[in-house]
Amino acid sequence: MLDTPKAARRTPVLPVGKGGIVSPLPPADRFVLRLKGFSGTAGGFDLSGALNTAHGMAERFAARLGPDEWLLVLPEGEGAAAQAALEADLVGRFFSLVAVGHRNVGIAVTGPHAADVLNAGIALDLSDAAFPQGSATRTLLGKADVVVVRLGSGFRVECWRSFAPYVSGFLTEVAQEFA
Amino acid sequence: MLLVPCPYCGPRPEVEFHCGGEAHIARPADPNALDDAQWAEYLFVRTSNKGVHAERWLHSHGCGRWFNALRNTVSDSFLASYEMGQPRPALPTEGGK
Amino acid sequence: MAQSNRLPSGGRIDRAKPLAFTFNGKSVDGFAGDTVASALLANGIRLVGRSFKYHRPRGILTHGSDEPNALLKVDRGPGRADPNNRATVIEAVGGLKLSSQNHWPSLEHDIGAVNDRLSPVLVAGFYYKTFMWPRSFWDKLYEPKIRAAAGLGVAPDVPDADRYVHRNAHCDVLVVGAGPAGLAAALAASENGRRVILADEQAEMGGSLLAERTATIDGVSAAQWVAHALTTLAGRANVTLLPRTTAFGYYNHNHVVLTERVTDHLERPDPKLPRERLWQVRPAEVVIATGAHERPLSFADNDRPGIMLAESVRTYINRYGVAPGRRIVFATNGASAYAAAADAKAAGLDVTIVDTRPESAIGPEKALAAGIEILAGHTVVGSTGGKGLTGLIVAPFTAGKGVGARRTLPCDCAGISGGWTPSVHLFSQSRGKLIFRADIDAFVPGISVQKERSAGACKGTYGLSAILAEGWAAGSGAAGADGSRLFAAAPATPTGFAPARVLPTDDDPKKVRAFLDFQNDVTAKDIRLAVREGFESVEHVKRYTTNGMASDQGKTSNMAALGLLSEILEKPIPQVGTTTFRPPYTPVTFGAIIGSARGQLFDPIRTAPLHEWAVEHGAKFENVSLWRRAWYFPKAGEDMHAAVARECKAVRESVGIFDASTLGKIEVKGPDAAEFLNRIYPNAWLKLEPGKCRYGLMLKEDGFIFDDGVVARLAPDLFHVTTTTGGAPRVLAHMEDYLQTEWPDLNVFATSTTEEWAVIALQGPKARDVLQPFVTGIDLAGEAFPHMAVRVGEICGVPTRLMRVSFTGEMGFEINVPADHARAVWEALYDYGQRFGITPYGTEAMHVLRAERGFIIVGQETDGTVTPEDLGLGGMVSKVKRDFVGKRSLARPDMALADRKQLVGLASLDGRTVLDEGAQIVADPAQAVPMTMLGHVTSSYLSPSLGHPIALALVAGGRTRMGETLHVTTPAGFTTVKVTAPVFVDPEGKRVNGVQTEGALHA
Repeated sequence: MLDTPKAARRTPVLPVGKGGIVSPLPPADRFVLRLKGFSGTAGGFDLSGALNTAHGMAERFAARLGPDEWLLVLPEGEGAAAQAALEADLVGRFFSLVAVGHRNVGIAVTGPHAADVLNAGIALDLSDAAFPQGSATRTLLGKADVVVVRLGSGFRVECWRSFAPYVSGFLTEVAQEFA
Repeated sequence: MLLVPCPYCGPRPEVEFHCGGEAHIARPADPNALDDAQWAEYLFVRTSNKGVHAERWLHSHGCGRWFNALRNTVSDSFLASYEMGQPRPALPTEGGK
Repeated sequence: MAQSNRLPSGGRIDRAKPLAFTFNGKSVDGFAGDTVASALLANGIRLVGRSFKYHRPRGILTHGSDEPNALLKVDRGPGRADPNNRATVIEAVGGLKLSSQNHWPSLEHDIGAVNDRLSPVLVAGFYYKTFMWPRSFWDKLYEPKIRAAAGLGVAPDVPDADRYVHRNAHCDVLVVGAGPAGLAAALAASENGRRVILADEQAEMGGSLLAERTATIDGVSAAQWVAHALTTLAGRANVTLLPRTTAFGYYNHNHVVLTERVTDHLERPDPKLPRERLWQVRPAEVVIATGAHERPLSFADNDRPGIMLAESVRTYINRYGVAPGRRIVFATNGASAYAAAADAKAAGLDVTIVDTRPESAIGPEKALAAGIEILAGHTVVGSTGGKGLTGLIVAPFTAGKGVGARRTLPCDCAGISGGWTPSVHLFSQSRGKLIFRADIDAFVPGISVQKERSAGACKGTYGLSAILAEGWAAGSGAAGADGSRLFAAAPATPTGFAPARVLPTDDDPKKVRAFLDFQNDVTAKDIRLAVREGFESVEHVKRYTTNGMASDQGKTSNMAALGLLSEILEKPIPQVGTTTFRPPYTPVTFGAIIGSARGQLFDPIRTAPLHEWAVEHGAKFENVSLWRRAWYFPKAGEDMHAAVARECKAVRESVGIFDASTLGKIEVKGPDAAEFLNRIYPNAWLKLEPGKCRYGLMLKEDGFIFDDGVVARLAPDLFHVTTTTGGAPRVLAHMEDYLQTEWPDLNVFATSTTEEWAVIALQGPKARDVLQPFVTGIDLAGEAFPHMAVRVGEICGVPTRLMRVSFTGEMGFEINVPADHARAVWEALYDYGQRFGITPYGTEAMHVLRAERGFIIVGQETDGTVTPEDLGLGGMVSKVKRDFVGKRSLARPDMALADRKQLVGLASLDGRTVLDEGAQIVADPAQAVPMTMLGHVTSSYLSPSLGHPIALALVAGGRTRMGETLHVTTPAGFTTVKVTAPVFVDPEGKRVNGVQTEGALHA
């Protein structure tokens, strides 16, 4: 074994848009949790919410994207502990917990025109009434599959890493007029 | 662009969906028991009716669920949508105009 | 140019803000608030274009989006030139460069005007009749000539320099049109906080009220009422006002698409702003308040510059302070033109009215014409003038008695009014059923299909008080309130007209050219001819004559043609029917439709985590589905062939490193995971031990291959499934389909991990030597980690799923690492590998290496009609499994035919011809055409390992043809090949275990 340093983490490099409306979020740990017939808390995540809602805080939340599917997002480095806790809490149940921390990239869209920027590519109603705090869904932004989460200020857009330059570029392009 | 009623998510824009063709065509429990004509019937033959039609839809860019929906192929209006495994609902308007 | 026709006062233009633009190179003066049309008229310019077919001189006919004649090219600078803009809707902006179209060498002197002399020949259907024979002339002569002559304007030939964006929006009520009905509707709908969008195509909201001189509403002037309404609406947070926004398409489920012109009216637009914004609105309810279009009258030479719609004359005078002429004759069959005449007179102009109705049929509107000469019971039989009107030829007419003596009324402008046509376009697009109202000679909205309601003139309601009340009720109803309000508008709106198709004339009707469709040059004669030739359906007449098919979509002409058709066929209009209204209501720029989807944002360009490394190391790239992959890594002076040969050699002789990250990956988890894969794949999975991999072909239910890949069993209930690069989404969808719909009882979850794991392939005899120092927790020794094994451990201190697999035929490893760590791991391996001459290789070398070894690529050796047996992989199909997806289809008789196309190798007999992929294969090149095709080449390369070309092919009965000579098409004729086994290197498969088989190379 060569004495080599641990391989460094290198996330996709995305530009910060003018005016700070569109900005990349720091690396995170993430999991896809698939689990049927469960409502409650596991591994510190509130899994009791309805479909298309997110529970938790902006940096640590569970977004229910399907009847039996959650996207769990938490600060980088906390994944291992969360995984252990989830597996302990769900022991005996049939579930699938897949780490996808490197699969996704998070992009923040903030400011008073955040919904307008997103609505350049998303056909859903993102108004406060239709998509209030605590909403989350998978949808399309232009030609890319994304997850949109509304927790805290503004929106969090999650996409697969290879789509991140497109998603970031799209949002930055359409955000220009509001910058 | 249609608004497709996902039974899980509610009405959502058509771009989030993939239509999977005619619904309620179950895979035969024992394909080997079918003769070639019967297997071909299962595999290839579909109805394409004018009027109310039961279709499979996948909410691919949403909740990821397959479901069935009744759509009037003339007006494009959706009359019902329901989870996989449920029977086709009877409609009071069916057989009408 | 002097504004010779600008009235000394009045209008909504801002006389404190003068501006200048050019028209055909000459400067034109105007004011802020002008349209290009109003400014041209103010400058005394009447001739603005040449008609499409006959190149007749044409002027401005209308004041809005229905304009058929005044189509101009607008030049706002490089990349910003745009043909076919209607002068009546372009806002006058300083610095614009405008030019007329469809003439050569100039607008005044147009050679194409000879077509006008040829008009007896150029009738409806001329092209269909004339260019039939000889058939061989069509492609080379007729079509190019017709194409050159057809079409208006010239398409720009440089990229559009502007930006466009899209916006999806939702609201409770969308109101289309901000005239009296639309404003009232928006006021009512927004009273209780409902989200309301009010869109209007004009720069200024108010619609027809902006051209009112005397009207009052609830005691205030129309202008004041509009201002107050707009202030109220602007003050409501729940209202979005969209001026300069055209609702052009009404689609399914209340999906209405609008195009907003954001910057065209600005002399120096903020570069941050898009030129246009396409709104895709999904309102709960729609109020259509789109008004009505005035109809021209049809008489000989009714298209001379200076002849315009009566209401347009009125609008130019009242709204723009422009006199379209000093001596104006209004020719009408109804009441509304009297208001126009009164306003023209009030502006100090010389006015005469010619009314086709007898004196007795003229209603209260007569009072408006006090002091104006009225020629009642008169028809118009022609006009005088060349490129500008000098007079209108009129004659008394009495039903049954015919046309009396002609007289010419000298004039420089004629305001013609043939009645009104409600703008039912959006309603009709929404699939609503139109009904015909004989009392107003018009189709109006009948049965609704979607959640919309019409109000005002677009519904055939023409009185201002009634329009306002109807608008209010519609807005209130759309907001769910069902309120009503009365409005007191004065004076009463003059309404009503006596339908007239073609005005009576004393000329031979066969010689009279009375234009119905000004833009497509369709005359009443053409309609008669079409009927005579057997076209009776309104849709057929439309297509044969092209009436209503121009870019104005027949807004001014459809009813005239329809009415005439009804007369000729002697059928009432409802029986004749109307043509279908289709989007767009007015032309839409390609830019608006495309929005942001251009350049880098046309499609996502997916790159894997090692992409930047490849860029930095000079790779050339190729597109594979949405991915951009390193194709080859040329060194200085190398072409592709040399680079690929070097890369292949390194893999065969030492070690190559390859980014395989784009491979699809799916984590299949659950107690029934093995059973699930057993059903999904044709081969057996239940007995695959954890720690082992297996190659699987995936079939669809029809028995044909649709994907392949290696599957690793990590635990009894956990599989790491790989797919092709392009197939990842459809394989996951295929799995989900079966899990959700056919076998919901199976406890299995499938999750995409394509982008979680980057994959570094190390391939070659030295692969293990390069890998060894970096791996912990995995014994890499041959017996401990054999070919097709998988282990979980660490590499460079980060987790890895390490597979001993080979897609090259050499000893190989695929190192899965979390994507963000890929670069560091790759660089560590690459640096250490230098001592072995490690060589990065791209997809081209990968293709060559796998073809040498006879490995297939789905989509290359397969095309959706290929079974495992066809590829010689029948042994992978389980004979004992009772069922799997595709099994029953493999037992269909056609699947067992001996002459199915089977995978073989082809060797070029000359030893040097590299076959074309896709080239056809025949047994006898001398046979008569059409020849019997035996199959086609699926893969073909010059093999660096062997030093000669190799090819894979699907050939009918191929496996029985070993050693046969066949013939393959090339651009230079046939070349001769010999059929071989589809494996060229190491047929025994020893090299994956590190056994060197030199004999197989360079054989």
